Amino acid sequence: MNSGKKFVLRGALRQAADGSGDKPHDLLIVDGKVARLAPGAIDAPSDATVEDAGGKRLFASFIDAHAHLREPGHEYKEDIASGLAAATRGGFGAVLPMANTNPVNDCAAVTRFMLEQAAKTHPHGPRLYPVGALSVGLAGKELAPMGELAAAGAVAISNDGRGVQNAELFRRAMEYAATWGLKIIDHCEDEKIASGWQMNESGASADAGLKGQPGVGEAVQVARDILLAEYLNLPVHLAHISSRQSVELIRWAKGRGIPVTAETCPHYVLLDDAGFPDYNTAFKVSPPLRTAADVRAVLEGVRDGVIDIMVTDHAPHAAHEKEVPFDEAPKGFIGLETALALTCPLFDPAKLEQIWSRKTAEIFGLRANGFAPGDPADFFLFDPALVWEVNRENIYSKSLNTPWLGQKLQGRVVAHWLNGFKLF
Amino acid sequence: MESFIWPHKDLLDVDDLTVQEVGYLLDTAEQFQEVNSRPVKKVPTLRGKGIILFFAENSTRTKTSFDMAGKRLSADTFSLAKSGSSLNKGESLKDTALTLEAMRPDVIVIRHSSSGAARFLAERLDCSIVNAGDGWHAHPTQALLDAFSLRRHWRAQGQDMAGKSLLIVGDVAHSRVARSNIKLMAALGLSVRIFAPRTLLPMGVEHWPAQVYDNLEKAVSGVDAVMCLRLQLERQAAGLLPDLSEYAARFCITLRLMNLAVPGAPIMHPGPMNRGLEVASDLADSPASLVLDQVNSGVAVRMAILYILGTRNEHLPAGQAEAARN
Repeated sequence: MNSGKKFVLRGALRQAADGSGDKPHDLLIVDGKVARLAPGAIDAPSDATVEDAGGKRLFASFIDAHAHLREPGHEYKEDIASGLAAATRGGFGAVLPMANTNPVNDCAAVTRFMLEQAAKTHPHGPRLYPVGALSVGLAGKELAPMGELAAAGAVAISNDGRGVQNAELFRRAMEYAATWGLKIIDHCEDEKIASGWQMNESGASADAGLKGQPGVGEAVQVARDILLAEYLNLPVHLAHISSRQSVELIRWAKGRGIPVTAETCPHYVLLDDAGFPDYNTAFKVSPPLRTAADVRAVLEGVRDGVIDIMVTDHAPHAAHEKEVPFDEAPKGFIGLETALALTCPLFDPAKLEQIWSRKTAEIFGLRANGFAPGDPADFFLFDPALVWEVNRENIYSKSLNTPWLGQKLQGRVVAHWLNGFKLF
Repeated sequence: MESFIWPHKDLLDVDDLTVQEVGYLLDTAEQFQEVNSRPVKKVPTLRGKGIILFFAENSTRTKTSFDMAGKRLSADTFSLAKSGSSLNKGESLKDTALTLEAMRPDVIVIRHSSSGAARFLAERLDCSIVNAGDGWHAHPTQALLDAFSLRRHWRAQGQDMAGKSLLIVGDVAHSRVARSNIKLMAALGLSVRIFAPRTLLPMGVEHWPAQVYDNLEKAVSGVDAVMCLRLQLERQAAGLLPDLSEYAARFCITLRLMNLAVPGAPIMHPGPMNRGLEVASDLADSPASLVLDQVNSGVAVRMAILYILGTRNEHLPAGQAEAARN
């Protein structure tokens, strides 16, 4: 939609603002911005193009605050072009790519390169909001030049992929990032607890003869971060929460008013460590899939708001890298295209929009579509009945490393607009 | 040998086997034990069969035992060690496995440092896979030969295995020998006891079919047999133990301790032994020691396994053999 252009989407299903349940809505877009969303028919201006939504459900575009798009350096797994294509199909209008590329995104040149690749390959979006490295080379030794990264376009700072082992460095990173208004996304992992782990530590790891990492390997750093956030009165965002101990600590912190926010991923509310007795590397991820009790606690945390948002932690790996003995396999799942189908049975549409879009935008200071007049016309249509198989034909990511490979999921994005421009 | 439908292509761990199948396997091993006592210790059973011994982790005794077992059955055995293999040139396990299979072996015996490596091969190859030890996960032929040794020991006294107790002492957490033995011995009706420092017990051990003891004297008291596990010296470097002299003083099985056990209770060790650390030297050399008997049994048990897998269902009519394979 370019200047002066008007567009009307008719008959999109959405919960009515007055709480009277699902109703067909009409949406008027002018100049790429929301002009009006209302139940029933609205009068289309005579110069407007009109499209029928066919009763599909209308969502504001999602934002993925945690993904690995692998460019530069590991383009055989994914690149920004394929990663953003996967995002488009998954309903994500914006992606925050992590800094563990090669070279690491610890300087303006890499940040700018990422933004250029996004602009070149996806000029209409999804938007890319790079996450800069917390430490130089992610080595956890010295602070990365956060001012330079912020100026180049980084919206947050993270050492994701590795926990920061030095508490003094982490404290200084919180303070220095605050100088530039950058939120820290912390990958909480004490590397001395179970170095070289392969899965969660439990009866399942004992049976498999694999080194396990306990949930406290995550939670001890969650506790550290919470105490520093309170002491410094500075915010911290906790990445991919997986253990029930972490959920309890965050609950406690929020009860005290400590400025902490947290995210988790679909797999931590759906899969436990008893699900793969046969050394299936498709289930190997960091943090590891934990026990059924952890899964229940994390899901409850999302339901009651202790965990603020969902992210994909989209982590593509090539097929040959995963077809090795379990202890040689890299950790991670792709997630951009399965996220909505996996979480739509767990939460109502309003909650889905909150945990995948609105709250995410709030935490990272990004713009999101709240369907108020003037909001960016970022939205998609979702067919909750459409059954599809996770396979090469349907997945736009370069990689297929997901526990749901070959399975049928229900619900898929069928059309997606950003700034009123129809991506597909 | 009697007719018995063996439904398994591979031997990956003991819990794939029913008690009946274990019984058949041990009975078969008894017959090979007899062969091994003859002046000419060779039968033509597996003539024309090829067995690859793929040892991606160092091993002397297990490899020699399998090699001898294969040769006594007249099979051709081929050894591949990690140092001589393409694994050192960056070849993936998948490609090594496919390459070996392309040479049409009947059985591949694999030892590998990765838990699950034997299953990895079994899922990809049509030939039989025998797990000769994968990471910390499983060592089924060791457990089977231990069961064979104990069965013979007690049978010689007119006693049954079922109802006996076995104490396993040492590094359970990192031991594939312990994992396979606990499962097998419990399945055969033994009550299994465990004693180890907490740092060498895995989280979740309480779900295993074994009783964890917190005192060595209590653990040994009235027990029918004791099995020591090898202590890898790197556990001390990893901070799991204060020092080896403390371990020797508090976890080593001695003649004095064995006085608390049932009189004549055998002492076992999968080898190689650290004398004075896991088992006292005089105890290792005493009549109670089953250690060399275990090694001796190993050849017969491995002959039984190679025979069963190498001739699997060959005596059945073609249709039935095909059905048994599926």
